[in-house]
Amino acid sequence: MSASTQEINNLINQEYKQGFVTELETNTFLPGLDESVIHKLSKIKNEPEFMLEYRLKAFRHWQTMKSPEWAFVKFDPIDYQSISYYSAPKRKEDGPKSLDEIDPQILEAYKKLGIPLDEQERLAGVAVDAVFDSVSVATTFKGKLKDAGVIFCPISEALRDHPELIKEYLGSVVPITDNYFAALNAAVFTDGSFVYIPKGVRCPMELSTYFRINAANTGQFERTLIIADEGSHVSYLEGCTAPMRDENQLHAAVVELVAMKDAVIKYSTVQNWYPGDKNGLGGIYNFVTKRADCRGANSKVSWTQVETGSAITWKYPSCVLTGDNSVGEFYSVALTNNYQQADTGTKMIHIGKNTRSTIVSKGISAGKAQNTYRGLVKVLKSAENARNYTQCDSLLVGDQCGAHTFPYIEVKQPSAQVEHEATTSKISEDQLFFCQQRGLSAEDAVSMIVNGFCKEVFKELPMEFAVEAQALLGLSLEGSVG
Amino acid sequence: MLSIKNLHVSVGDKPILKGINLEIKPGEIHAIMGPNGSGKSTLSHILSGKSGYTVTEGSATYQGKDLLEMPPEIRAREGVFLAFQYPVEIPGVSNVYLLKAALNSIRKHHGQSEVDAMDFLTLVKGKVRLLEMDEKFLYRAVNEGFSGGEKKRNEILQMAILEPKLCILDETDSGLDIDALKIVSEGVNSLRSPDRSFVMVTHYQRLLDYIKPDFVHVLANGQIVKSGGAELALELEEKGYSWLEDAEASA
Repeated sequence: MSASTQEINNLINQEYKQGFVTELETNTFLPGLDESVIHKLSKIKNEPEFMLEYRLKAFRHWQTMKSPEWAFVKFDPIDYQSISYYSAPKRKEDGPKSLDEIDPQILEAYKKLGIPLDEQERLAGVAVDAVFDSVSVATTFKGKLKDAGVIFCPISEALRDHPELIKEYLGSVVPITDNYFAALNAAVFTDGSFVYIPKGVRCPMELSTYFRINAANTGQFERTLIIADEGSHVSYLEGCTAPMRDENQLHAAVVELVAMKDAVIKYSTVQNWYPGDKNGLGGIYNFVTKRADCRGANSKVSWTQVETGSAITWKYPSCVLTGDNSVGEFYSVALTNNYQQADTGTKMIHIGKNTRSTIVSKGISAGKAQNTYRGLVKVLKSAENARNYTQCDSLLVGDQCGAHTFPYIEVKQPSAQVEHEATTSKISEDQLFFCQQRGLSAEDAVSMIVNGFCKEVFKELPMEFAVEAQALLGLSLEGSVG
Repeated sequence: MLSIKNLHVSVGDKPILKGINLEIKPGEIHAIMGPNGSGKSTLSHILSGKSGYTVTEGSATYQGKDLLEMPPEIRAREGVFLAFQYPVEIPGVSNVYLLKAALNSIRKHHGQSEVDAMDFLTLVKGKVRLLEMDEKFLYRAVNEGFSGGEKKRNEILQMAILEPKLCILDETDSGLDIDALKIVSEGVNSLRSPDRSFVMVTHYQRLLDYIKPDFVHVLANGQIVKSGGAELALELEEKGYSWLEDAEASA
């Protein structure tokens, strides 16, 4: 007989393969947060004075704010005093100069994750910044990138080596007052990646950051800042995993992208934080603010995300389309299973003339999970001839999950064109039976159907990531023929 | 090929098939005719493994094996093919991808290696021409936005490529105009061979004008009430089904 709904649910359940813990000696702050912790953090990272002030200002503002409650997610209040705000693997005073100096345990951890940091073993086309708990442990291909004029380094290093760039751009897209988690991040962020692509440069390889939470009872607060100067071009990939633990862990990142005139930034994420167990115990709270400013005319930012992990995902990679003719894109696959909750989507703010945005969101919900698309398309008075196209599809697997769509549209410019399409469907028993009747196992059939559903998004991913994303969903590659 | 003995099938508590007996030998074409609600579709579903039915009595043996014990995908790999009355749409999955996945799963089952991409395309394109289909069909999502006729032709295309041993055609003629019916029938006729059998489930006789059956069985109220040669279909066309149902009721 063909697979019942229950069986379909079982098929979607996949074991979390990145759940191991690496035993390391670490330098970890005691839990708790007050101004002295921020002083200590800034000091340990040897930051310039302006950074400490920035952090303190953010912290003071954060204390006046309340945790947002509008998202369609449920969780117990977070005790911010029980979290440690800094955890770093112990190492030599001035940090590793080469891979030989990195703790072999860490190298081993990344190797297990399929991210070998040894440049010889890497795919030649991708440079990696590896962030382990609160610090960046390695950045590959620095030399080759330097020859092209590209700066790709941990943000803590950029603070020391390029303070003028940080001062100018940090917080210029996501100000410290933006929201609760962004303010917290600004106060306590520890590391993350910094990218600067000079005028007219096409970055010679894909840049990638691999975030790993290892230590228990710590939060990961990373900060990414990417600046694409006039006419430049960069593709950036981000991957994330964490060990399986029974406690929830907080990940509150901020990503800021700045695209100047004629610049193009492509930002791809495969987020696979530990989602918690089958009963909803543990897992990462992924509360992330990602925003791009298409500051210059004809600039373009494209967000692509595949979100399969985290107990709760709360993120809206957005584009502020400031420059005339600028383009914002958002392609998303969010898969929730068991008790996972996702409230994710995007904001497209049209300010410049002839600005265009495209939103394609695919939500897949299985088990008892709740999957919400929340999106804002805002067209200001100044945005003559702005255009938006939104397509928002939900796929339900089983009968105990939920899919929700909250589109917000605000248009103040009469020449604007805004389109919104939404569908909700279920993997039907008829579809499954049809595939089985053609010889496919129920498992392959579900994979194929889900994969087909996500096709428009997967084709936006860089090749290496498309493969990883499909493996993540337990899928075989669609379109390998013809 | 297929031997059905005293098969009783229920949906929930409701008996649908009440003792079907049928012997199908290699190369034969059997037409199952009958009025609406007689159990025709149930028969094609139970043979192909759709869930939701309970076998309360009897057996179905396919090539010496207990057919009813096999999961649907194993039946498919063993050569049982159902051409659906209402083929489903699978958005985002191209026809050619489904075909290749299906063919490979069958080949694997028989210990063969996966088909080479070039050989596969050559094979598929040949069959597409045979069915007078546009090659563009291959790259469209499975049945998405297809007309009724296109969907049925697509079923026959799948059949032509997977080369099953037992083909069950469930109301393949429904929703087809006369041109599409001709093409589909020619497709089926081209697949006739001494080691391939067909079960055609149909309400109307007109399909049988194009695909000539060796045997015609009339299903009424869950039982085969009359069997005969091709001429029986003509008789039914003339007299309708009611005389058989009446005959059964008075018997």
